[in-house]
Amino acid sequence: MLWETVKLAMSSIRRNVLRSVLTLLGIVIGVGAVIAMVTLGNGASSKVQENLAKLGSNMLIVRPGQSTFGPGGTSDARAFDERDVTALKNNLTGIRGVAPTAQKQAKTVYGSLNYDTSVTGTNSDWFAVQDWTLADGRVFSDSELRAGASVCVIGATLTRELFGAQDPIGERLRIGNFSCEVIGHMEAKGQSAFGSDQDSIVVLPMRTYHRRIAGNTRIGTISISVTDAQDIARVQRDAEDVLRERRRIVPGEEDDFTIRDLTQILATMASTTTILTGLLGAVAAVSLLVGGIGIMNIMLVSVTERTREIGIRLAIGALERQVLTQFLVEAVVLALFGGVLGIAIGLGLAAAGSAIMDVPFQADLRVIALAFAVSALIGVIFGFFPARRAARLDPIEALRRE
Amino acid sequence: MSTEPPLVSFTGVTRSYGEGGGLVRALAGVDLTIGRGEFIAIMGPSGSGKSTAMNIIGCLDRPTGGSFRFLGQEVNNLDQDQRALLRRNFIGFVFQGFNLLNRTTAIENVELPLIYRGTPRRERRERAMEALHRVGLKGREHHTPGELSGGQQQRVAIARAIVTDPLLLLADEPTGNLDTQRSQEIMELIARLNTERGITVVMVTHEPDMAAHAHRIIHFLDGRIASDQQKAAA
Repeated sequence: MLWETVKLAMSSIRRNVLRSVLTLLGIVIGVGAVIAMVTLGNGASSKVQENLAKLGSNMLIVRPGQSTFGPGGTSDARAFDERDVTALKNNLTGIRGVAPTAQKQAKTVYGSLNYDTSVTGTNSDWFAVQDWTLADGRVFSDSELRAGASVCVIGATLTRELFGAQDPIGERLRIGNFSCEVIGHMEAKGQSAFGSDQDSIVVLPMRTYHRRIAGNTRIGTISISVTDAQDIARVQRDAEDVLRERRRIVPGEEDDFTIRDLTQILATMASTTTILTGLLGAVAAVSLLVGGIGIMNIMLVSVTERTREIGIRLAIGALERQVLTQFLVEAVVLALFGGVLGIAIGLGLAAAGSAIMDVPFQADLRVIALAFAVSALIGVIFGFFPARRAARLDPIEALRRE
Repeated sequence: MSTEPPLVSFTGVTRSYGEGGGLVRALAGVDLTIGRGEFIAIMGPSGSGKSTAMNIIGCLDRPTGGSFRFLGQEVNNLDQDQRALLRRNFIGFVFQGFNLLNRTTAIENVELPLIYRGTPRRERRERAMEALHRVGLKGREHHTPGELSGGQQQRVAIARAIVTDPLLLLADEPTGNLDTQRSQEIMELIARLNTERGITVVMVTHEPDMAAHAHRIIHFLDGRIASDQQKAAA
């Protein structure tokens, strides 16, 4: 019986192809938009998650001054020096490493090639703290760090741009009138969360950087990697105490430095993406609602138009329930057609969008199943009222209608 | 023989529409008994109550007063679905305007009552075929109403009405939209169904020529039965 009803519904839909397609449109657009939004949103958040992992986990970033969020927020506050780093290292527990960094943009030259890059001074903890992996070679030895040796480790972009297929290890790079020997090069990390190329980098021992590049002993940033995520807050407080003492800040006075939990910042970014996805999804859901009302409208028209047909069915012995089912099935079949079409279009849009926005394409089966179920539900909800109206028609009245 | 209840019995049946000053009495107290196997023509001017009587006999409508029994069962107390079941199991309808489903083939139209009965597909096909052949539409099974003449459409409607083997065939001006030649053919078909298969026929008609096929002619006037004549010879 149900199958017969489905067939009846299908043939009635086929009889009015154009009208059916127009009816579907609302559902198609609604489901398509939801699917596209959610799929793109998922891709974007997983990209943020990925960046989060690239930054190194459980990281605290210490900067001088009460800087604002983002790169380049410096002030006239005193920079850190090597003794601050040593103090942090000696007094903090539960940490994997403390890495000072000082950075400058400079042109690196090899042979006839040159490349604008970020020159970074740091120590050997930095590689672990920032989650870098060596592709080949080694990091700085303690003696190189102490002596300020002319050695460097380079990022993947630089390896590619300056050396191509050649092995960079043992070659000498020139930065201004300083030259250093490449002792290692690193695996690519890709773009940072802020969109800059993290692999365009030359890493020098801090002392080398101070003497040969910067001409001062300032340390711009100190990164602290915490072993256990649960310890982050405690380490942050301890580091604050250490630095306040080192910088002789009296109780009651404000810090002249900032400690940020980078993981938290990125987690916030990730949740912002999620909220945005939700919002866009909600907008799309409104269009689903509009689509549902469209279906109801068409079904009502259809009931009026087919009053006589309904009268015939009732006269020859159709029960209320059977007429109700027929119209309900018709609405659900329509809505499901729309849903399937919408899912296909939404996935197509998301695939195209993912390619353009350079985020991974992640089709979520649960979302697709949900969209399908919601389409059916819309058919039932918005089809019910017209179907009931059809079923409750008075057969005599219905038969009299032309 | 008298232990079996009559097919249809009216006792003081009234049917009024509207209320207060706008009250219209379509039936003003009708007593009528229809036995099995009868062939009855109902005649009367429009507004005489004959259509209302037909609707009540067909369990499409309920009286507002009096008692209407179908196979001894009081119909007044039955709800829409229960009356639909009576129609489905015992009554076949033929209308003046044929009332076939458009864009639906003859055989599908004839199958429709069996679909609602839940008859299995294969049996449905066979019975629909048989009904179409009986009304002389062999070879037209897959034509849609638009591809059939008026007479052929009415034959499809008759096939649809008899496919369930009803006890009662109700025909509301079955020849009203047909020319004389077709009308005679349809009437002969209906008469044959009555004599050969014993189907009780109740037919509303304006035309004395058509009424002449019946064995009993009932005249309605102003909501009452004006005359009820049994023809001597069957």
